[in-house]
Amino acid sequence: MTDVAAGAGAAQRKEINAAVARSYWRAAASIVLALVIYEGVARSGEFPVALMPTIPTVAATFYDMLLDGSMIKHTVFTLYRVLFGFSLAMVVGIPIGILMARFRPVENFMLPLVSALMPIPSFALVPLFMLWFGIGNLTTIIIVFYAATFPMMFNTWSGVRSVNPLWLRAAGAMGADEQKLFWKVIIPGASPFIITGVRQSFIRAWIAVVGAEMIAASSWGLGWVIFDAKEFLNADIMLSSLVVIGMIGFLFERLVFGSIERATILKWGMVRTARN
Amino acid sequence: MQEIEVTDVSLVYDTPAGQVHAVDHASFELKASEFLCLVGPSGCGKSTLLNILAGFLKPSGGEIKIGGKPVNGQGMDRGVVFQDFAQLFPWRTALGNVTFGLEMKGVPKEEREQIALEQLKLVKLEKFANAYPHHLSGGMQQRVAIARALAYNPSVLLMDEPFAALDALTRDDMQRLLAEVWRETRKTVIYVTHNVAEAVYLADRVVVMSPHPGRVKKEVVIDLPRPRDPLSVAFLEYQKQLLQELGEATAKPSARQ
Repeated sequence: MTDVAAGAGAAQRKEINAAVARSYWRAAASIVLALVIYEGVARSGEFPVALMPTIPTVAATFYDMLLDGSMIKHTVFTLYRVLFGFSLAMVVGIPIGILMARFRPVENFMLPLVSALMPIPSFALVPLFMLWFGIGNLTTIIIVFYAATFPMMFNTWSGVRSVNPLWLRAAGAMGADEQKLFWKVIIPGASPFIITGVRQSFIRAWIAVVGAEMIAASSWGLGWVIFDAKEFLNADIMLSSLVVIGMIGFLFERLVFGSIERATILKWGMVRTARN
Repeated sequence: MQEIEVTDVSLVYDTPAGQVHAVDHASFELKASEFLCLVGPSGCGKSTLLNILAGFLKPSGGEIKIGGKPVNGQGMDRGVVFQDFAQLFPWRTALGNVTFGLEMKGVPKEEREQIALEQLKLVKLEKFANAYPHHLSGGMQQRVAIARALAYNPSVLLMDEPFAALDALTRDDMQRLLAEVWRETRKTVIYVTHNVAEAVYLADRVVVMSPHPGRVKKEVVIDLPRPRDPLSVAFLEYQKQLLQELGEATAKPSARQ
């Protein structure tokens, strides 16, 4: 019985690796296909070349923007804003979520607020926050923070509430005090939800930062450069920025959060993978 | 002196339909290193009684003493094993689960891992020390749970139908293993089950409980040499006797007439 279980573990791992490789190939194939279709439409002459530049034109513009450093500066500005607001959201959202789950009065106070504020798209608040906080980093960071905090809070709250009571009993029977119970059982027990919260928060933060930059940023940022480019019909600049926005989003989603998940909740078998 | 004294323990719940006597004036005693099975139909309060012994529930009346000291809440003098496989911490390896109690006690890392490895050896899982629970079968997970409850060296082991969710063959293996573990560790064990054959196989003494209200109906001493043969005549006699007691316990008074 025991040897079979060990063998199954290794075979399973090999199978998962093969499945991952296959999924990368499939992803690459569909992206290439989409690019080919785009190129075909751009070259068909149906649309003005200035509005729908071909891929080589976009690539040349992208290369120029990389060389003169402007694309890097835009990216750094956007990353600074998103990471600042997102980190703030974690620092505030996770502890409040935990407090909500642990203490009734906090829950009673926060829940109506969360329910009322969460459905408001962060973008709708940009003009108001501009009046309050002016144009620049502060407003964009606050918008990002607003967008990212609630999913963080909400998921942490659900996660702490869903910790298996049996774990608490078992840990209590083994002499865990309140503090140990919290750090050694509740936090790891809630981790599937907390990690989901971090992921959702980042996606919302990333969407929010680009939107907020379009209106509330001055001179720098990937969202700002897209909005600014419309004045001169620079579709190639817009598309170059979009590529960077897409790539960074993908990088965080797959590489950063994907590897956090693989090192924790996937390894612990605390989430079912959709793969099987 | 008795190791465990359960005296007149009651637990009454208030429900909209009135009071429910989950446990009604239950009394029994255990000597050190004795293996006691609590047997009864569902609703007889055997699991409730175990939860009171573990300190998860407060009795509404009566007293429990372990080693002469009154029980007040949870304590490291008792190890607990539950029925549900999910009792293990999925974020810790088998070894990490077994070291948990020692970690709470403040035992240094190297020492507690050494002790935990010995406990895993006792349940024949030393090869799987670094496996996470979701890679282990149900039977293996329950063995880890037993090792975990023994690791910090409690004098009493409380077990709530630990093998009830396993298939019959695995359950037989587990019972044999537990009998071995008990022979080697000499813990005082209170074991809740509704399986009569399991009780006769494992116990020195069986306490039969009856439901509504949950009462101690009868105590039966199992006077058989170990290891026990489940197919021997004497074994089957005990089984028959317990089934009869249980039948009477389950039957409604009106149905008996």
